[in-house]
Amino acid sequence: MSVKKKFKGLSDKAVAWLFIGPSVFLLLAINIYPLIYAIRMSFTNFYANKIGREPQFVGLKNYIKVLNKEAIWEKMQVTANFMFWTLLLQAVIGLGLALLLNRKFKGNELLTTLIVLPMMLSPAVVGVFWTYLYNPQVGLFNYVINFFHDFGSFDMIGSSVLAPWSIVIVDTWMWTPFTMLICLAGLRSVPNYLYEAAEVDRASKWQQFIYITLPSVLPFLLLALLFRGIENFKMFDMVVELTSGGPGSATELASINLKREAFEKWKTGYSSAFAVILFVTIFGFGNVYVKVMNKIKER
Amino acid sequence: MILLFVSLFSFSANSNAKSITLGWAAWDPANALQELTKEFTAETGIEVNFEFVPWPNFADRMLNELNNKGKTFDLLIGDSQWIGAGAVYGHYVKLNDFFDKEGISMSDFSPATVYAYSTWPKGSPNYYALPAMGDALAWAYRKDWFDRPELKSEFKKKHGYDLGVPANWNQLHDMCSFFQGREIDGQKRYGAAINTERGSEGITMGVTAAMYAWGMEYENPNKPYDMEGYFNSPQAVEAVEFYRKLYEDCAPPGHSDAYMVANLDAYKSGQVAFQMNWYAFWPGVSKEDSDGRVSGFFANPKQNVAAATLGGQGISVVKYSDKQDLALEYIKWFARPDVQQKWWDLGGYSCHNDVLNSPSFPTSTVYAQGFLDSMGIVKDFWQEPTFVELMLPMQEAIHDYVVNGKGTAKGALDKIIEEWVEVFEADGKL
Repeated sequence: MSVKKKFKGLSDKAVAWLFIGPSVFLLLAINIYPLIYAIRMSFTNFYANKIGREPQFVGLKNYIKVLNKEAIWEKMQVTANFMFWTLLLQAVIGLGLALLLNRKFKGNELLTTLIVLPMMLSPAVVGVFWTYLYNPQVGLFNYVINFFHDFGSFDMIGSSVLAPWSIVIVDTWMWTPFTMLICLAGLRSVPNYLYEAAEVDRASKWQQFIYITLPSVLPFLLLALLFRGIENFKMFDMVVELTSGGPGSATELASINLKREAFEKWKTGYSSAFAVILFVTIFGFGNVYVKVMNKIKER
Repeated sequence: MILLFVSLFSFSANSNAKSITLGWAAWDPANALQELTKEFTAETGIEVNFEFVPWPNFADRMLNELNNKGKTFDLLIGDSQWIGAGAVYGHYVKLNDFFDKEGISMSDFSPATVYAYSTWPKGSPNYYALPAMGDALAWAYRKDWFDRPELKSEFKKKHGYDLGVPANWNQLHDMCSFFQGREIDGQKRYGAAINTERGSEGITMGVTAAMYAWGMEYENPNKPYDMEGYFNSPQAVEAVEFYRKLYEDCAPPGHSDAYMVANLDAYKSGQVAFQMNWYAFWPGVSKEDSDGRVSGFFANPKQNVAAATLGGQGISVVKYSDKQDLALEYIKWFARPDVQQKWWDLGGYSCHNDVLNSPSFPTSTVYAQGFLDSMGIVKDFWQEPTFVELMLPMQEAIHDYVVNGKGTAKGALDKIIEEWVEVFEADGKL
């Protein structure tokens, strides 16, 4: 009874805090505190494996070192290439598949389920089994390609030219269904009367696509690409299992390099600076992107 | 009911008090050790739990555990390169007093293994491990193919000498390329499965087998950490170029990220005439010879000098363990000559002189003589506390040159030195 009374006496604001309090606490403990700690570490020469060695303040040295290191820019370039091609392919193929599945035909639901399957798998598992598919001696990939045109034996993972494409192909195979699903949701939200009115105005199918379908689905597509962009910027597990960042450093994405610097070389201060730079980059791009997306939505 | 509870409680308390955990890599010798340890448990009543970690995660798992002062392991069979970190960062118990008290003498063990697996600073009488598993990088080959008269005569006609155990790396290349793409028994075969792995230590262990044979030194013997002109000497450059040639001319397709297991698979599936691998695997390879496959084994071929890449491990007591006394009891038992003999008999590579110097040892297995030869010529990667930081740039630069075909061998070695200087500077060594 007394408890009931006590709760009865709580203001709306207090109840609101009661509900969001645990989330705020977790957010502060798991996200904000580590972020602040990482920023602090980025100004030191801290090595997490050197027990008993006190970190010393080194100012902006780590940031200067990261930004002046040629290898870092190579990794950023590899990451940018990976993101550009995966996002482009996933946008085009995802939209195409969504348009296809938006039509009513026999087996539509079964096909949708089959297409969505890769997305349900663990990235690490996908990485491992694609290494077998890419095997130049027994892998299915070579066999399928050579079925259409005889290229002979080629090594997708071992060749510096093909390896970047090997990770693009796997990521596209795995995540295009995600783009497709979001585009499909967009397509299904377009009211039919718009197409009916367009037909009355004698608009061609192409004009209907350009003036009705595309503008309606574009915010959805952009949202899907935002999610995929953020995910691919920090892509790690699938690529590590597939190529280990090799051959050499041909597929060593920024996130893989960061892990190696932080948890294999144990350069905690330096890698914290690198992590902060990556965070600012993705945060900046994300903000600009959201603003552009909102403008498109407003139109 | 109360009695049952009390007896259960006392059993659990007792079993906790009399059990230890040993960590090692998940591979054939670990199974042999598990078998051997049953005798220790029978003798002492101390249960030994094992945690075997697959090789690709072995270093990460164990070093994280040590850095976090974890109590999971009481005993650790750690890689030879970890000894520096184990000693300097205080992860391993110093064993000198214990050895003195128990009459365990390091002179009873092969000097190369004591130097490599037990001492820090290197060569000093400060022991942090007991040599547990001797190992070196070596080669296995398809003796049954080599014995075929038609292949022998064709090879001799082409190269002017007999097809057999290669006397040097040039001959190794001749032989590997002889088998590359050749059809034998209706199947396409390839030359050699060599180390090309990028993620942990694979390609470094492979390329150094060539570099040591060409006479590479890591540093100026009179000026520690002075690497210029030593690690990137013309001989070292030539060796790295040769390793790339071996990869390009002789590796099976898709062998671009391969280490122990991938080399074994390529060999066992009949793809290749040669495989580069650790002695630890030879008992298994030899035992599994079937369908006409007969394996021969030989130590790393010489080029300018006789040398081999060191593998193997010592067994250490973890400083953070609450059961150091039980762990030390295990080491005391393991150091016994009779136990060491059984260790060898079960497939482990003992480092004890009583075993190695026994007259019957060289003929005890087909690879025993090779093992003896190799252990006399082994060289190891840096054993510095920063060895992981030193390993990673080498992995990247060598893989970039050998597999990726990027840049030059000299450029790769220069880049490695540049990174190593940075590591040594950060560590206060330069």
